[in-house]
Formats: sequence, structure tokens, C-alpha cells
Amino acid sequence: MSCWQTVQDYAFRSIGLGENLLPRTDFTLCQQITLIGSGLIWNIYFGVLALAFGFFLAVAVALAKSSRRALLRKPAEWFVFVLRGSPLFIQFFLAYETLQLLPKAGINLLGITVETSWTTRAWAGALFVLFLNTSAYAAEIFHGALRSIPKGDLEAAEAYGLTGWQKFRRIQWPTMLRLAWPSYTNEAIFLFHATTLVFFSGFPAFRQMGDALYYANYFADKTFNPFVPYPIVAAYFIALTLLLTFAFSLVNKHLNRHLPSNQKSRIRLRPQIIR
Amino acid sequence: MFAACADPKAIEGLTWAACYLTSGKHLDFYWSFVTVLMLLAITAPAALAMGFAGATAARSRFLPLSLLGKAYAAIVRGVPDIVFFLFFVIALDQGIEWMKHQIVCPDWTEPVRQGLEFRVCPQAKVPLGSSSAIWHQAYGFGLAVFTFAIVFGAFAANVLYGAMSAVPRSQLETAEAYGMSQGQVFRRILVPQMWVYALPGLSNLWMILIKATPLLFLLGVKDIVYWARELGGSKTQAYEYPHPDWRLWYFLGLLVFYLLFTKVSEIVLARLSARLSHGQATAAGEAMRKVAA
Repeated sequence: MSCWQTVQDYAFRSIGLGENLLPRTDFTLCQQITLIGSGLIWNIYFGVLALAFGFFLAVAVALAKSSRRALLRKPAEWFVFVLRGSPLFIQFFLAYETLQLLPKAGINLLGITVETSWTTRAWAGALFVLFLNTSAYAAEIFHGALRSIPKGDLEAAEAYGLTGWQKFRRIQWPTMLRLAWPSYTNEAIFLFHATTLVFFSGFPAFRQMGDALYYANYFADKTFNPFVPYPIVAAYFIALTLLLTFAFSLVNKHLNRHLPSNQKSRIRLRPQIIR
Repeated sequence: MFAACADPKAIEGLTWAACYLTSGKHLDFYWSFVTVLMLLAITAPAALAMGFAGATAARSRFLPLSLLGKAYAAIVRGVPDIVFFLFFVIALDQGIEWMKHQIVCPDWTEPVRQGLEFRVCPQAKVPLGSSSAIWHQAYGFGLAVFTFAIVFGAFAANVLYGAMSAVPRSQLETAEAYGMSQGQVFRRILVPQMWVYALPGLSNLWMILIKATPLLFLLGVKDIVYWARELGGSKTQAYEYPHPDWRLWYFLGLLVFYLLFTKVSEIVLARLSARLSHGQATAAGEAMRKVAA
């Protein structure tokens, strides 16, 4: 079987298209590269959607956490504490077990039956957990950025007569983003890494449709040779990380476009803020 | 454990709960918490040592050594740690068996990799097929510790490398002006001063390490996640203590354990940080000086 044929069969195997049966004997390098790459679709799906939804929740939680009103601040503090203080692995298990407790027949809401079975599937349940998790980590980053906005900037804004929403929109929001962006890039990278946990923690891979690590693990189990599939996953993730860093550095450039070039903050790994 | 627990089906209420929570399997469950703490106690210093070696190598003037150190510190950036965990456990196992195979059975003619199998001579198995179960467990645990140390050592190398470069250059130059050798500058000036810069990164690393311990489950060690799944699963009447699916409650217990653990660590590390910042020429040290003045 030619390599092109393999690509046609397995390139979209992880989303259920193409050949249904996974290779069982005579594993070729081409098969491993194709199938593991196909699994990467799931990592990107989880990472991109969790990040996109999580951004908004994170900003909201960060603002609530900086609020003077205890009614807003306390829940935000607890949200961040619980999700940052416990392992993602346990969160996945817990979410899966909780979602399984929902009535199988569906919930009757005002005469309309809402299906519940889809919530235990990885595409919904795991995405929800990742969404909450990244929101908590990013909220902490944004909260830190809000607190380190220079005092002079805020005083200047007030001197100009800016208050409330205007002050937030014109001063706090852009400064917060600018200060938080390098750390937020780190968070995004580690979120993509965290997506590999999904199929190893409670959420089963439906019809063997799994992520990159799921297929790498499949090959390592079958061939009993870890030296081929795991380096392939590693290579895919290094490429993904580089791509992500590039995309985020474009945004960073845009955020810092008004600064002279020697004052711009560059994006690099900051080990004190990785998750 | 207690005499009243001889017939679990006949008792109920609090006695049942007491008997249930002290059953043999539950004692194993409680011991697995010790396993986790032990893993942390061994891994943290080991990872710190690996990180120190890595950071020192990265600062070396000898190019290949410095490249090696930098490459080691860089591996954590691009690749998910769980990939390393899954990889190293098999790779180390096969590496050790292969080396032992070369020494113990030099006249073994068959290839080690036969198609889909990895076959060394029976004398080269680690641990030997005849050894008791406890050795198999200890070996698995040892591999897990080593894997954790390698991966977190790379994180630590990153932190320590940054901390070493953060020590003010003038401090080192002053030491050199006093006629200290390279080794003396490193030992007497650089290392004592770098910790305050390394502490935020190392604290964060400790938190990550705590939160990575459930991954032991994936490495085949019978840790708290394994027991929580095992004990929580629904038990039929065939078991001594039949109950429905209680996994949710067991996992909630684990969640509370981790929350308490990270909270306590946070408090301790904050105190340590305050003590280390005392009298240092950093922003935190300056703030403390101002409060005192």
C-alpha cells in the first residue's frame, strides 16, 4: 500500500472519515505519521475553542476578582483557587463522573426533552473542563496584570476626566492586555499541551477517534517500540508550539505598536508563571 | 480490622461506615497517599539536582556541554510532559534490559527486536521473572521517580539558568577583583545569591509537581487515582461491602486533598520567600526595608 493511499485512508481518521479499521500489523512510518497527525486535529480543536471561549470568561473573572464588592470577589477567588489548586487530571475524572450522573433519558425542561448523553463525550465534556481550567489560569494572569498597571496611568486618566467604562476601555483594558500578553502566550502553549490528557483521563475515545497522543500510545502498545511514535508526537507539538508563539507574537507586536523598539517586551518562556 | 466487622452484611449505620473505611483495601488506599508524598519527597531534590547540573552545563564555556545543557532545558518548552512520561517509562525499561542483556547473555544470537516483540534473555529481565511482586512494584516506582526527575529537572534547569543570569554582574566582578577563582566565585557568590531569584520559579514548579502526581496512575503505579477508581466503582452483592458507584465522592476527596496540599504549600512558600528577600537588593527586599523603617 502506497503512502499516498495511507494518507487518504487515515488523514481524517480521528474525526471518523476514511478507513474505519486501524492498522493492526506491519506498521509503517507513513501510517504512524499520518494517524498521529490526524489526531492532532483534536488537540487543535480543544486548544483553540477552550482558548477562544476562555479568554472572555478569564477577563470577567479577573475583573470580578479585582472588584471591591465581596459578592463578586469571593466567587471569583474560589473559582480560581479550586481550578488552579487541583490537578487537571482529577478535574477531568470528576467532570466525567458528574456528567455520567445526569439522567440518561434526558432532562425535561418545560416540555422539551434535553438530551444529556452528548455531555459525557469528549468533544463536549472535556472541552468544558479545559475551558474552565484555562479561564482560571488566564484570570490569574489578567488579575496580576490589572494590579500592575502603573498608578500614574490611572491618575492621569482621572485627571482627564475619564471614569468608569471609559477609563476601563481606554486605559485599563489595553494596558492589561499588553502586560499580560507574554504570560498569556505561555498559558496558551501549556493549554495545548494539556489537551493531550483528555483521552487518558476518564473520557473514552469514541470509536477510537482520539488525539495525537492517543494514537502514539496505540502504536507504542502494539509495536512495543516507543522510539518511533513518541518522537513523532513531540515533533508535531514542537511545530504547533512554534506556530502558536508566532501567532501570539503578531498580536504582541500589535499591542506594543506605539512603543519605541527598545522598550518592547519579547515573548519568552517564563518559568515562574507556567501552569 | 475490628471484631465487629467480621460479618459486614449484618451491620449498618456508623459501624458499617467505620468497618468500610478501615477495610484492607482502604488501608492500601491510605498508603497510596504515602506513595504520592514519597514520590514528591524523592523527586523534588532529584529534579533540583538535575536542574542544577543542567543550568551549570548551560553556563559552561565548553560549547558542546553548554549546548547539551541548553537543549535539556529547552525540551520542556515544546513538548507536553505527559509524552515524556509515557515515553521514558518504556524507553528506560527497554534500555536497562538491553544493557543487562548485553552483559549477562553475550552469546545470545537471536535479535532483541523480533517484529513486534522486545525479547531479551530471561536472565536479563528487570526485575527477574521469579522475583516477588514487591520488587516489580518498587521497580515501577523507581522508573516513575526517575522519569519525573528528568522532566522536572528540565523545568528546574530553566528556572536556575534564569536565576544565575539574574545575579548582578557587578557582584561577580567584585569577587573576581578580590582574586577569587572561577570555582570560588561560583560557590561563594553566585550560588548563595541566586536562590532569591529562583524562588518564584521553583515555587511554581513545586505546584506543578504536586499537580502532576496523578500522572503516576498512567505510569502503572497503584497511586491514589488507581485506588479511587478501584474502590469507588459500584460493588455488587458478591463483595463484602456492596455499594453503588461512588467514584464521584472518591474523586471529590482527592480534589480536597490536592486543594489543601497546594494551599499549605502556598503559605509555606510565601513565608520562605519573605525570609529569603530579607535584606536583598530586590524590589521585595526594598519593600520590606521600607515597611520596617
